[in-house]
Amino acid sequence: MKRVAVYVYPLATLVGILAVWELASRLGEIPRYILPAPSGIAARFYALHALIVKESLFTLEATLLGFGLSVLIGVPLGMALVSSRAFNRAVYPLLIGSQVVPKVAVAPVFLVWFGFGLLSKVMITFLIAFFPILISAVVGLQSTELEKLYVARAAGASELQLFRLVRLPHALPSIFGGMKVSITLAVVGALVGEFVAAENGIGRVLLSASGNMDTELLFAGIFALVVIGVVLFLLMEVLERLVLPWHISYRPSKETL
Amino acid sequence: MELVDVSKQYATADGPLRALERVSLSIAEGEFVSIVGPSGCGKSTLMLIAAGLVPPSAGSVHVGGREVHGPYGNVGVVFQDATLYEWRRVLDNVLLPAQIQGLDLERARTRARELLELVGLGGFESKYPFQLSGGMRQRVALCRALVHDPALLLMDEPFGALDALTRDQMNLELQALWQAHRKTVLFITHSISEAVLLSDRVIVMSPRPGRIGASIDIRLPRPRTLDFEDTPEFGRYAREIRSLFQSWGLLKAGA
Repeated sequence: MKRVAVYVYPLATLVGILAVWELASRLGEIPRYILPAPSGIAARFYALHALIVKESLFTLEATLLGFGLSVLIGVPLGMALVSSRAFNRAVYPLLIGSQVVPKVAVAPVFLVWFGFGLLSKVMITFLIAFFPILISAVVGLQSTELEKLYVARAAGASELQLFRLVRLPHALPSIFGGMKVSITLAVVGALVGEFVAAENGIGRVLLSASGNMDTELLFAGIFALVVIGVVLFLLMEVLERLVLPWHISYRPSKETL
Repeated sequence: MELVDVSKQYATADGPLRALERVSLSIAEGEFVSIVGPSGCGKSTLMLIAAGLVPPSAGSVHVGGREVHGPYGNVGVVFQDATLYEWRRVLDNVLLPAQIQGLDLERARTRARELLELVGLGGFESKYPFQLSGGMRQRVALCRALVHDPALLLMDEPFGALDALTRDQMNLELQALWQAHRKTVLFITHSISEAVLLSDRVIVMSPRPGRIGASIDIRLPRPRTLDFEDTPEFGRYAREIRSLFQSWGLLKAGA
């Protein structure tokens, strides 16, 4: 029963909010262009679903490419930072410091560098999604217990073997944690990319809907982004369970909460 | 295995800390030697030095007649915490040293299964560590230390985190394993009775800086059962060690 309750309570809250919203916009004085009713948004979504799905795929493409690039660069860079003391000293403080730069502000620069289109979108996505993966890789790789290394080292393990057999698998849960943060940030990155440097994607839909005061379409677009974010996050969860079957059980079970 | 005049200093904020001072120790092949001592007497450091994991500040370590200057592989180590790799199933945990040394994995697998069978873990090969109890994990760690058939077994308070009953059981299993395989064993503990029960020789270490205070041969027949702990001979050995601790002021006589 408790398992069901986990879903029932938030769902009931959500339905309640939607009902009040619907009622408020039907009875109240709020004009449709300020806050359209949920039913109106749903109708608009359905009417334009072909367009929304098509544009969503563009956004999804940029999100996944930017995220993939973040993993491909973030994890090896984390490894390098942990492996080489000199490299770490030279680069790590700057990487941390670089986070003070508002990343969205760099988007117009990327437009100049990479031009209008997919490449700019992907690079902006990468810029925003990459940092959590790097940090989680560094933290995970550095946190291996000394005795776990001792056991392998006493058996004669080389540095490479220590890395492959102990440090890296030990770091995977942390890396997955970073990837889950990163994948939701990647959606934001793709959207910023579309605001600045693209002629397609949900970002473009939002801009033109805003220009036309088409608030129903605006909300329909936001809903599509929510769906993309949730689906990607859940996919990461599934992937994590497949890759780390031993780790899930560390978490307190929902029954005990 | 032989340690010659081994000293170890650590640099700390309050100046150098002398952990070990001129410790010399020789263990014959197939001998079971325990080291008992108070906490902070450097016995864990001694084990890390013996394994080649930590370099001594002075002195030398010899294994099989050759001086070693780093990890040499021909050794199995067990720590107080089982330190199993959570991402590896039981069998793969046991196999790790064989994998590192590039041994024939088919043969290693057979040996790993035999070892697990010997400690009563047959059928648990594909469990993950989190599915095991503390005693079972420590048994897996013990199998892992033996899978590559090392000449030397180094154990640092391996049963210190277990409950008393499990600990007694593990002592008996370790004795049986040792009688079957006759490894050279260096066993570190703070339990006097554990040391007397298991060892051919008990080395008593004094508090910081760690020095060898006494070396006591335990001349009791094997296999020794837990009932042995009630015999007068056993009591005499235990008293002898205890009186050493008392003479250093670590235990108050009569209090």
